[in-house]
Amino acid sequence: MAKITYIEHNGTRHEVDVANGLTVMEGARDNNIPGIEADCGGACACSTCHVYVDPAWVEKLPAKDPMEEDMLDFAYQPDPTRSRLTCQLKVTDELDGLVVQMPEKQI
Amino acid sequence: MGQIIVVGAGQAGASLVAKLRAQGCEDAITLIGEEPVPPYQRPPLSKAYLLGEMARERLYLRPESFYAEQGIALRTGTGVAAIDPEARHVTLTTGEVLPFDQLALTTGSSPIRLPAAIGGDLGGVYTVRGLADVDAMTGEFSEGRRVLIVGGGYIGLEAAAVAAKKGLQVTLVEMAPRILQRVAAPETADFFRTLHRSHGVDLREGVGLDRLTGEGRVAAAELSDGSRLEVDFVIVGIGIRPNTALAEAAGLAIENGIRTDAQGRTSAADIWAAGDCASFPYRGGRIRLESVPNAIDQAEVVAANMLGAGQAYEATPWFWSDQYDVKLQITGLNAGYDRVIRRPGAKEGTGSHWYYAGEQLLSVDAMSDPRAYMVAKKVLDAGGSIPAEAAADPDADLKIYMRR
Repeated sequence: MAKITYIEHNGTRHEVDVANGLTVMEGARDNNIPGIEADCGGACACSTCHVYVDPAWVEKLPAKDPMEEDMLDFAYQPDPTRSRLTCQLKVTDELDGLVVQMPEKQI
Repeated sequence: MGQIIVVGAGQAGASLVAKLRAQGCEDAITLIGEEPVPPYQRPPLSKAYLLGEMARERLYLRPESFYAEQGIALRTGTGVAAIDPEARHVTLTTGEVLPFDQLALTTGSSPIRLPAAIGGDLGGVYTVRGLADVDAMTGEFSEGRRVLIVGGGYIGLEAAAVAAKKGLQVTLVEMAPRILQRVAAPETADFFRTLHRSHGVDLREGVGLDRLTGEGRVAAAELSDGSRLEVDFVIVGIGIRPNTALAEAAGLAIENGIRTDAQGRTSAADIWAAGDCASFPYRGGRIRLESVPNAIDQAEVVAANMLGAGQAYEATPWFWSDQYDVKLQITGLNAGYDRVIRRPGAKEGTGSHWYYAGEQLLSVDAMSDPRAYMVAKKVLDAGGSIPAEAAADPDADLKIYMRR
């Protein structure tokens, strides 16, 4: 279980508990948090679950695989260090306290 | 307060009701689905879920509690018997009558089944469409068993990939001269043929199925080339048909699906349609798309229009498929292409195929090459093109063709 804070582009904060084994994307979906679309349902096929990870968390997350890296490169206003696809981030206890920010729009 | 009824609780129905509430709709909303479970994602059914890598709850598009929280009456396991567009009500199979002010049809599509006359109703013969289909067949997927897959489209190929990964003996037959005949160029078919054969799939093209035989349960298949194959079970992936029967019986216009205008209105007042079941105007013609992105995007536009937005739906078609370690991403529609350009990917076993009509780029199939897919998608969605010479040159920077 991890407490994750999702911040919408307009600044609205959502702090929710997400179970281990789900993805950060599924945590947003299951809590009806707007700003993460995830059209492909988590297949790393659409790049519509893009977020900016809080700078303090960048180094603590598992590295991006090449597929995620390439998809992110074409997301809306990607940040080379902070951008991640939330469907590729598996929730574990280590992610407790994670803070992510949604972009102005997805692709 | 008005009454909105949405018939069909798949991807389109779920997206539609969520969008209605997200846009502030305060009407009573009822979402009716035949299946006994809340709306779920279908793509993993022939991929991760079939492989056993994804729990059932993770398929749900929203947690079950979402619908009650949003004041949406979700009626699962519920069939609709008839729609009366004049009286503005639907009649359930139980006889219950539900009045509506606005109705949306998101009835989806159904797999084409093999006729009973050729053994289609034998035990051990499956289609891949719903959760119940896949739950029924997972017990068959044990190592060494012999599966025949009928149909070399994406569903058949994805099922073949799962079966091969699980160590089954896989034979796939496609009656057309090649796999993916209807949906992709020979170059893309070649790529996937090689991929499947390298994983041990016995892939036979230009070979149809004459009949399945067995006592109650399938035991063998007779093929059009005269050969006979002993099998343990069969998966049929020979296409889907839009579920239009309810609409047709209600007198709505049907044209390769429930006919809608650009905003998603059917021929009957205050009745809308979206997703696999709907055909809509597209670039001077009319199309129907069988895909999740279309179901989502069209349903969201229809939801907005039910609330008076008056938006035309501009489809930006895209698709994906997972087979073994290859991710196929497709952007655009290739209908009418006259040539295909190959663009090698950065790594062995990756690359993309670019479909052109004259100088206009129509579509791209990208095999584990997300950069090619994404750049083409951005350009096509913006109505642009990329010169074929640039597409063919792996060193050419294609990003310059994107409008920012």
